[in-house]
Amino acid sequence: MKNIITLLAGLIFGLGLIISGITNPAKVIGFLDIAGLWDPSLVFVMLGGISIAFIGFKLVQNKTQTVFDDPIHLPGTTQISKDLVIGSLLFGAGWALAGFCPGPALVALGAGYKEAFIFVIAMIVGMYIHDRLFKACLK
Amino acid sequence: MRYNCLKELSMHLTINWPNFTPSASLFGGILIGLAASILVIFRGKIAGISGILAGLMETENISQDHHRWRALFLIGLIGSSFIYQIFAPLPEINISASKSKLMIAGLLVGFGTRMGSGCTSGHGICGLSRLSHRSLVATISFMISGFVVCYLFLHAS
Repeated sequence: MKNIITLLAGLIFGLGLIISGITNPAKVIGFLDIAGLWDPSLVFVMLGGISIAFIGFKLVQNKTQTVFDDPIHLPGTTQISKDLVIGSLLFGAGWALAGFCPGPALVALGAGYKEAFIFVIAMIVGMYIHDRLFKACLK
Repeated sequence: MRYNCLKELSMHLTINWPNFTPSASLFGGILIGLAASILVIFRGKIAGISGILAGLMETENISQDHHRWRALFLIGLIGSSFIYQIFAPLPEINISASKSKLMIAGLLVGFGTRMGSGCTSGHGICGLSRLSHRSLVATISFMISGFVVCYLFLHAS
């Protein structure tokens, strides 16, 4: 049961991305291009998402287990690190270059776009470089 | 002072009315928020796509469920286009970036989201709705960087 619900959550997430329009990189770049013809649609995606997720997280904030007895993992870190800022700046740069962030890229991959395939492979390589090489070097 | 800055910015902002889709985007956003709520309520997990994807590659010190829920969520996400097109034609996707630009962008997004512990979904939706200060800093950082890089590529040359 909980596996079906998890699958459905992924499906609803993807449908939300498609309906909101942000699986289209041209629309994302239309939002990031504030000096050109600006498309503020992405603000509305965030408003819709945050307001509903706010309720969802409120419902679990005092719980430690789900109805299926799984632990509820909420991030506990509060420290604002250099990595958080530098990593997010790098992410934003890549986001603006292609118009893809991870979710929409995976949806476009599922729709069969070979450009999304190239992006997703490079993204996985980037993750691997960070997690396996970069972090290992710092240790 | 602040009023003047806002006035200045608003005078230079030109809204792209034909492409602006407030209701569809709001509805899509509501579905995204609903999916994030379902995942945390019924599975106890955060719907951060970069973290879910990267977690699939982990092999050390992991529980039995570690890969299963991630794979299921991603199958649903990747399969959403297929389900959508049963009911309606998929909206068009325009990708203008060249192959090399896509690769550089992908590397930056992959590396940056791991270093910054999240992307638009994990920080921008889940983190902000939890009123996390870290996620607010992350979201402001990737938005500013996105605006600047977009400006550099579209207007500075």
